[in-house]
Amino acid sequence: MNIWLHHHRSALRMALRRLISTPLATLLSLLAIGIALTLPAGGQMLLNNIRPLVGNTSATPQISVFMATDAGRDAANELGTRLKKHPLVKQQQFLPREDTLQRMRANAGLREVIDVLPDNPFPDAFIVTARNERPTTLDAIVDEFRQWPKVAHVQLDSAWARRLEALLHLGRNAIILLGGLLATGLIAITFNIIRMQVLTHRAEIEVSQLLGATNRFIRRPFLYFGALLGLGGGITAWLMIAAAAWWLRAPLGDLLLLYDFNFVLQPLSLTDSAMLLGAATGLGWLGALLSLGQHLRHPCTLG
Amino acid sequence: MIRFDRVAKRYPPGIDALSALSFEMAAGDMLIVSGHSGAGKSTLIKLIAAIEKPTSGAVLVAGQNVGGLARSALPFLRRRLGLVLQDQKLLFDRSVFENVMLPLTITGFPPKEATRRVHAALDKVGLAAREKALPIALSGGEQQRLAIARAVVSRPALLLADEPTAHLDAETATDVARIFQEFHRAGVTVLIATYDGHLFPDARTLRLDHGQSVS
Repeated sequence: MNIWLHHHRSALRMALRRLISTPLATLLSLLAIGIALTLPAGGQMLLNNIRPLVGNTSATPQISVFMATDAGRDAANELGTRLKKHPLVKQQQFLPREDTLQRMRANAGLREVIDVLPDNPFPDAFIVTARNERPTTLDAIVDEFRQWPKVAHVQLDSAWARRLEALLHLGRNAIILLGGLLATGLIAITFNIIRMQVLTHRAEIEVSQLLGATNRFIRRPFLYFGALLGLGGGITAWLMIAAAAWWLRAPLGDLLLLYDFNFVLQPLSLTDSAMLLGAATGLGWLGALLSLGQHLRHPCTLG
Repeated sequence: MIRFDRVAKRYPPGIDALSALSFEMAAGDMLIVSGHSGAGKSTLIKLIAAIEKPTSGAVLVAGQNVGGLARSALPFLRRRLGLVLQDQKLLFDRSVFENVMLPLTITGFPPKEATRRVHAALDKVGLAAREKALPIALSGGEQQRLAIARAVVSRPALLLADEPTAHLDAETATDVARIFQEFHRAGVTVLIATYDGHLFPDARTLRLDHGQSVS
């Protein structure tokens, strides 16, 4: 155990020394890996920022049923019972007009308008969730509700949320695709860097083999090298994203304020950061492993 | 310790480096393999260290047929050998100390004990004062002694050397030969391939000619 730990420590030290001994090459490699990772990780950050904007609205379709303002509470109760009995209604929530008025008055801009009105302008309303989300069924329910007495207006309010949800879904898939492509790129980059490393350290590998080094011993520093490059690239990407987020925060907030969104661009979450660094390290290691499999296949070919 | 049983080694395209060579060497022996250039001396050493595999016949080292070893077993064979090759294979980007340390690092020696052993090995070959130097700064004789120190630092029972005195002036060559004789006296089995057989007057000699033993 002690020997094993000692071996790993010295392999790690050796990998670090090799990275530091060629600072310019290391820096360029880190930049290449970092930029490759910035795209998917940055996309993930944006997606995470957009999601809460949508999150408030449920993507499951809801039907709003507004009663006529002169309908009265009895008619509302009757409608409520009728909805409860309806086979396609999963859930229904009654919004009394007084509550709606209170809620609307909480908004400073609206209060002034409401206060000048003589009556409560809001009708009693129901929010209905259907058992079945197929658009045809929903349309049929909406049509049916419209026929009911004292119903002034029926609105299927899921359309835009569903569109946005679909857009987010597309975005998520695009990021997975992009991530997959760039992960392959990262493996290719480390593959090549490790190939160069093997060539540079040819003599050392050969001597070590002659002195009785196992393949595992010879591979170890190269694997650490690949993993460290990946980790360094991940950190580079994280820093670039953090810098971009900081740079864009104010202008993006200003822009979205014009659309009435109070928006603060959040940096990468802790989980996403950990995933970015973990994936980068793992991919660097994998690239090194593949490269070593290719370039150390014939270990003791000596003249 | 070493037994060759009708060993042949043929390199493409049909060049016989060794043919039907048989000899035996007991533990604690010192054997000089001599012969002209191309007689098969280097091949003989490479067969023992399993750097090459025999085309036919058996090479036994401590009772083990090294030609039949799996690749994963080779490192453990080589750890029991001290190997001084003709091309010394020193690492020129590492200090004298680090070069000698390498075999111990590979076997995972505890660092403190390893340092002590490296100093002992360097002391034995007379390089104690040069441990911080890079190999490039050493003379030919010193480089050869460094290669010997690296070969013996893990205290192998068997020491193999291929032309250890080549390219050395007479005085330095005698010096290097003396180091090998000291190891032999200390109980190490020593096999040296050299055209300079007279440097080891007391040792048994195996004379090779075109891959065959002549006596």
